[in-house]
Amino acid sequence: MQKINREVLINKANELLSNGTINRVFGWEKGDFSYDVTPTIYFTADQMNKKFIFDDFCGANFSKYLVAETKKDQNKVGVFLKPCDTYSFNQLLTEHRFDKEKVYAIGVPCDGMVDEKKIKAFFGEGISSITSEGDEIIVDTLYDGVKKVKKADVLQERCQNCKSKKHVYYDELIGEDGEVLDSNRFDEVEKLEKMTADERFAFWQNELSKCIRCNACRDVCPACTCEKCVFNNPNSGVENKSPANEFEEKMFHIIRAFHVAGRCTDCGECSRVCPQGIPLHLLNRKFIKDINSFYGNYQAGEQEGSRAPLTNYTKEDLEPSEAVNKGDN
Amino acid sequence: MQVNEFKPKIVAFCCNWCSYAGADLAGSNRLAYPAEVKVIRVPCSCRVNPMFILRAFQRGADGVIICGCHPGDCHYTSGNYYTRRRMALLFSMLDYLGIEKGRTRVEWVSAAEGAKFAQTMNDFVQTVTALGENKRLEDLRCKK
Amino acid sequence: MQRIGVFVCWCGSNIAGTVDVKAVAEALKNEPGVVHSANYQYMCSQAGQELIKDAIKEHKLTGIVVCSCSPRMHEGTFRKTAEAAGLNPYMVEIANIREQCSWIHKDIAEGTEKAIVLGRTAIAKVNLNAPLMAGESPVTKRALVIGGGIAGIQTALDIADAGFEVDIVETKPTIGGKMAQLDKTFPTLDCAACILTPKMVDVAQHEKIKIYSYSEVVDVRGFVGNFEVTIKKRARFVKEDICTGCGLCTEKCPQKKVPNEFNLGMDNRRAIYIPFAQAVPKVATIDPNYCTMLKTGKCGVCAKVCTANAIDYTQKDEFIDQKYGAIVAATGFNPISMEKFDEFAYSQSKDVITSLEFERLMNAAGPTAGKLVRPSDGKHPQKIVFVQCVGSRCAACAEKGKEYCSKICCMYTAKHAMLTRDKYPDTDVTVFYIDVRTPGKNFDEFYRRAAEEYGVHYIKGMVGKISPEGDKLMVRASDLLANKQINMEADLVVLAAAIEPDKSARPLATMLTASMDTNDFFTEAHPKLRPVESPTAGVFLSGCCQGPKDIPETVSQAGAAAAKVIGLLAKDKLKGNPCVAHSDEMMCNGCSSCEKVCPYGAITYEDKEFRGPNRTTLIRRIAKVNEAICQGCGCCTVACPSGAMDLKGFASKQIMAEVDAICK
Repeated sequence: MQKINREVLINKANELLSNGTINRVFGWEKGDFSYDVTPTIYFTADQMNKKFIFDDFCGANFSKYLVAETKKDQNKVGVFLKPCDTYSFNQLLTEHRFDKEKVYAIGVPCDGMVDEKKIKAFFGEGISSITSEGDEIIVDTLYDGVKKVKKADVLQERCQNCKSKKHVYYDELIGEDGEVLDSNRFDEVEKLEKMTADERFAFWQNELSKCIRCNACRDVCPACTCEKCVFNNPNSGVENKSPANEFEEKMFHIIRAFHVAGRCTDCGECSRVCPQGIPLHLLNRKFIKDINSFYGNYQAGEQEGSRAPLTNYTKEDLEPSEAVNKGDN
Repeated sequence: MQVNEFKPKIVAFCCNWCSYAGADLAGSNRLAYPAEVKVIRVPCSCRVNPMFILRAFQRGADGVIICGCHPGDCHYTSGNYYTRRRMALLFSMLDYLGIEKGRTRVEWVSAAEGAKFAQTMNDFVQTVTALGENKRLEDLRCKK
Repeated sequence: MQRIGVFVCWCGSNIAGTVDVKAVAEALKNEPGVVHSANYQYMCSQAGQELIKDAIKEHKLTGIVVCSCSPRMHEGTFRKTAEAAGLNPYMVEIANIREQCSWIHKDIAEGTEKAIVLGRTAIAKVNLNAPLMAGESPVTKRALVIGGGIAGIQTALDIADAGFEVDIVETKPTIGGKMAQLDKTFPTLDCAACILTPKMVDVAQHEKIKIYSYSEVVDVRGFVGNFEVTIKKRARFVKEDICTGCGLCTEKCPQKKVPNEFNLGMDNRRAIYIPFAQAVPKVATIDPNYCTMLKTGKCGVCAKVCTANAIDYTQKDEFIDQKYGAIVAATGFNPISMEKFDEFAYSQSKDVITSLEFERLMNAAGPTAGKLVRPSDGKHPQKIVFVQCVGSRCAACAEKGKEYCSKICCMYTAKHAMLTRDKYPDTDVTVFYIDVRTPGKNFDEFYRRAAEEYGVHYIKGMVGKISPEGDKLMVRASDLLANKQINMEADLVVLAAAIEPDKSARPLATMLTASMDTNDFFTEAHPKLRPVESPTAGVFLSGCCQGPKDIPETVSQAGAAAAKVIGLLAKDKLKGNPCVAHSDEMMCNGCSSCEKVCPYGAITYEDKEFRGPNRTTLIRRIAKVNEAICQGCGCCTVACPSGAMDLKGFASKQIMAEVDAICK
């Protein structure tokens, strides 16, 4: 359950819509199942009353949508942003991807989002509904009746390792702001680093071989807002929409991670949307971890206008050979 | 000597101002290094896109080396500093993915360091030869 | 599809000795796009070039590959050949089969095989080449010289004499620089002022030269031929065009206790001052840190005594924008601070002085009117010790001093010692040195005269410690040749402080995007062949900002820099390098990654209208490359996530084609 309920958000949106501050607002919409919430745009409070939702499945980060939406007309767009979403928002501002004057950002607190893949893994097929009550998730299954599970056990990975409950950008904040947290988000990366090269290779071979190149990770990523992706561009020399040979996924994921290195806010959307359950955030986090240890701590999106580590240097930077040997320890 | 000795394919990206000139100097001084090394001339080491490196591996290269001016001596003042960061992160990532470390290298070779160029190439070819054929980056999917 | 011609050069036996050139030509015939293949003994010869020209015409070639020596050797030659035959010069690629093949491989089979791969790689690239046109930009026929010392003066005079406008920007109230502070000059011992001040007057009177004194460069935009510079003219509170330089104000000013920087603080000046009698421009300047009127609003003596009404207490800093075609850095040097060298007791005793201070003490216009006395008690020193290499050649103590040799100290110390002995034969003079370095015309003869004719004691060894004892100085040193420790009393110790680039050089280099070495000396475009040019086009180097130099060397370098500037300004248009970055506006996100890594500031952004869906208009921020500024490093192409940025002549697709050809 989220502490803030939907009515509070609908009322806020209604107020902004009726006083003319905004003329539309990004919000979450109920899907066919209670767990497949989709992003949508609302123009009236009426529409919101019918479909708007704010619960444990509202993981979608709206920041990226603003790039295209703010270009459509001169009106202001409202948007609900959870703390981690605001980092993406700031990063996009840094990269001049939209004009903040055309956005009204409503910060909403977040109590962690649930991963329906984990629930499915717990209860198997035949889930007819999922509801939440307090810190428990109640799952109604077709074959086994009603079951309960602790929310903490089925949180999305990014929420279990939440890096910040603090909004780094908002025009208005609903509820109380939280703190930047001391998360264990690099534990998983460290575990991999401690493996032998053979084990690491086996791990990634297993994971990446699941990739079907649906491009969902790229399409949802708030750092992947290119007008035209290199993988769609015949001039780049790497254009490929589907894997032409067995190397392509690796190439795709390395290049994608490299392109967002230093710009990725670790919002975790890539892993959330991956239909194959590939832990893609572990690639991005490796870059973040390396950047922190090589060049000093850097959190993309924390500060608007900050200079990304790959567009910066110092004369004393470590050599690539040292970077690789560091991974040994 | 073995009959079917493994000969690695090595792609060397050299910046026009220092390392390519260093390679020329190695030639002028008749300092031998294996013929497996083929040089691609780029204006600056910072022109080398990680995509080029992956592409080389994809197409069957066994080792890729990038040579540039020494840090501080870049013809374009700062290009190699960016190369250093990009390659540090890329190489670390390749290592993380379980790719053998020896297959990629960055080396700073000035226009005066013909001997260093030849030495570096000899050394690199030896390392890559010892690692054998590049299979991990050429073919990543499980071949059961 | 290209029509490519391949030309394999034998280079006599240089290539043909270890590469089967005929086999290479034959093998490359079958590569995609190749319609003609030939081999010849010397492709770079007149006959070889004719062969290429004929083939271009006969086979209607659209691109050529020359398999020969390094492109660093003959790429230019073959580009001209192609151009002469009507082919775009950038449709030429060189396969380096000499330096990187025949010269390093002994086995013919191996060499031939590699040569074929290299040829194939060049063909793969040329298949994707496109004709490139070098852009042209006009040249502003005016030069800026930053620094008004002897280097800047000489450069400015030479450029102006060739008929071009020159502006000098000098931070001090007068031009003249360090040379104006010197007494005599080695090895001829002519007086510095006597040879410098006429040149300063020449500058002042030259119709083509404008002096911005008491000014500094605060911003540089633009590129070779088209620099836009903002000069900050600091308020001197005196109207420059009215002041006659009579000096009455400087005598009447009641604020008498201002350390006189021209005499290195060894005497005082007034709050309104003219640095020295021959200053150019000879105009008074009010020092706002000391002027009572400016600080408290009460005084106004100078305004009262000035008959020309030149005093203006309300004067403000003025900013001047000016366009230039070329910029010369002549920011000069300073002796390093002695504060880290406490073993020489510089801060403890007034009688430990630097060589430049000694220079002022000996100067007839100096604080003592040329009388050599101890600063502490005004007595004549009987025993003087000179210490060489203070902070120079300091490899082991890099945090204190400099690793390099300051070059001028050996000679000026010999001069000081000689002058002292000449004027005061009763004085005992000892010089401690590591080596005495005297390369230069008449330099060694000069040093020998000091040691042999004038009886200066030269002792090879370093001074370890100097400690004041009573009114004497105790010098502890080692004599390396006699292998013994020396304890010596002295009345005056003169330290030959290392010289370092002026502090203004580093921020200036950043503005100019000119490179510097770790010691903050400007880097030359080539240490041997282009010693007076910076790697940044249109920026030239004069004097000690490039490295330590004596006066004759400074003047010759200043003249050389002027010659390069004249060569540039004499052109009406400049041809650029066509291998520059280019952004595809349809793909650009306007994210600014490329701009941040560009070392030249060649990338700017603009909001451009695009057609959106349903007849709407979308405004998108896109990157624009200024082709005249871009030097073609390609750093931006990798910073660009979308691949919108590409480099002409080294396009991503071309490089990948080369990779593919090698790995085939």
